[in-house]
Amino acid sequence: MNVQRGVELVVGLFVLAGIAALMVMALQWSNFGASRVSGYEVTARFDNVGGLTVQSPVKLAGLTIGRVDSIEIHPETFQAEVRMVIDDKYDNLPTDSFANIYTAGLLGAQYVEISPGGAIESLEDGDRITMTQSAIILESVVSKFLFDKAKE
Amino acid sequence: MKAVVDAIARLGRLFLDGVQHAGSMALFAVELAWVLIPTWTRPRDILQQVYAAGVLSLVIILVAGGFVGLVLGLQGYNILSNFNASESLGVMVALSLVRELGPVVAALLFAGRAGSAITAEIALMKTTEQLAALEMMAVDPLRRVIGPRFWGAMISVPLLAALFSLVGIVGGYLIGVVVLGVDQASYWGQIREQMEAWDDVGGGAIKSLAFGAVIALISVYEGYRAEPTASGMARATTQTVVLSSLAVLGLDFVMTAFMFGA
Repeated sequence: MNVQRGVELVVGLFVLAGIAALMVMALQWSNFGASRVSGYEVTARFDNVGGLTVQSPVKLAGLTIGRVDSIEIHPETFQAEVRMVIDDKYDNLPTDSFANIYTAGLLGAQYVEISPGGAIESLEDGDRITMTQSAIILESVVSKFLFDKAKE
Repeated sequence: MKAVVDAIARLGRLFLDGVQHAGSMALFAVELAWVLIPTWTRPRDILQQVYAAGVLSLVIILVAGGFVGLVLGLQGYNILSNFNASESLGVMVALSLVRELGPVVAALLFAGRAGSAITAEIALMKTTEQLAALEMMAVDPLRRVIGPRFWGAMISVPLLAALFSLVGIVGGYLIGVVVLGVDQASYWGQIREQMEAWDDVGGGAIKSLAFGAVIALISVYEGYRAEPTASGMARATTQTVVLSSLAVLGLDFVMTAFMFGA
């Protein structure tokens, strides 16, 4: 009976340890939670989103304040319409804020950087950021540079 | 001419044997599936098997996980520092462990450590006619002997794989941050930024669950259908390790293609 009890105890510990390992990895070491921001939605249209994907971060002054929720083609303008969810904590962004697509590092992942404007009213749920700057496509920059050089 | 015909005939026989093997294993799986739920009426038996298969495999799994993490950290650092990207060491180690190495290596080790033991045990019971004796007493050996062992293996593998990955990530941390001087905050920060709870950790868990089921099925089948002789037992044990390893690796490719393909 005593031995059986010991076995039960060890198995219980083993099962607990295994589940705890899964939980630690899934909840502590992953972007769980960070990927599910609750907040208000803002859209922005870009001529070219480059490598931006759903779940890409939305940053303000380098800090992540939201995530990209969806990217679709706007049927009339043929621009990419990016829907972003921004944390409710940052509900005082001016309406004339600027949305740029930047790259983290030279070849890193792309993200949306919000540069605040100066308007008094702030962005609300469903608003659209009108001033945007597309992702920089390396090839077009290089070819522009080469053509400019050739002209000289 | 005769030699060629013989060779072709031998090839044909090999193929037919393989098909027959797969077919009878499938029939066995169906037969086993019927007793899997009733097996839970005796949870003590399952617990005993989780102990034998899972707890006793902990040492090899944890030590192997630690070393795999250390090696990944070392190799990853060498490659990544060429690109000035040694900050990404954490995410490289974590993703390779959680998605692939954890489930696969843990399953391979488990097949060698515990799967072979299950096969040998059942095959010896069959050789010494203990299974027949159970049947004589109107006790279903599938339910009392095979079922608990199947559950024990299937429950153990995902837990062992999770612990393997966890220890591996800590091993990568030891070599990367403590020894090689990668920034600690970016080791964890990059993992937290890029590892997905469902896609990566959940996907790895689903993989290891499938591997557990496959290894468990092969182990008990090979034991149950072993030839009741000394050499038959030896063949069955070998067969378990070979088939399980191949099945795990093949299944891993298929599952990876489905989960991370696209």
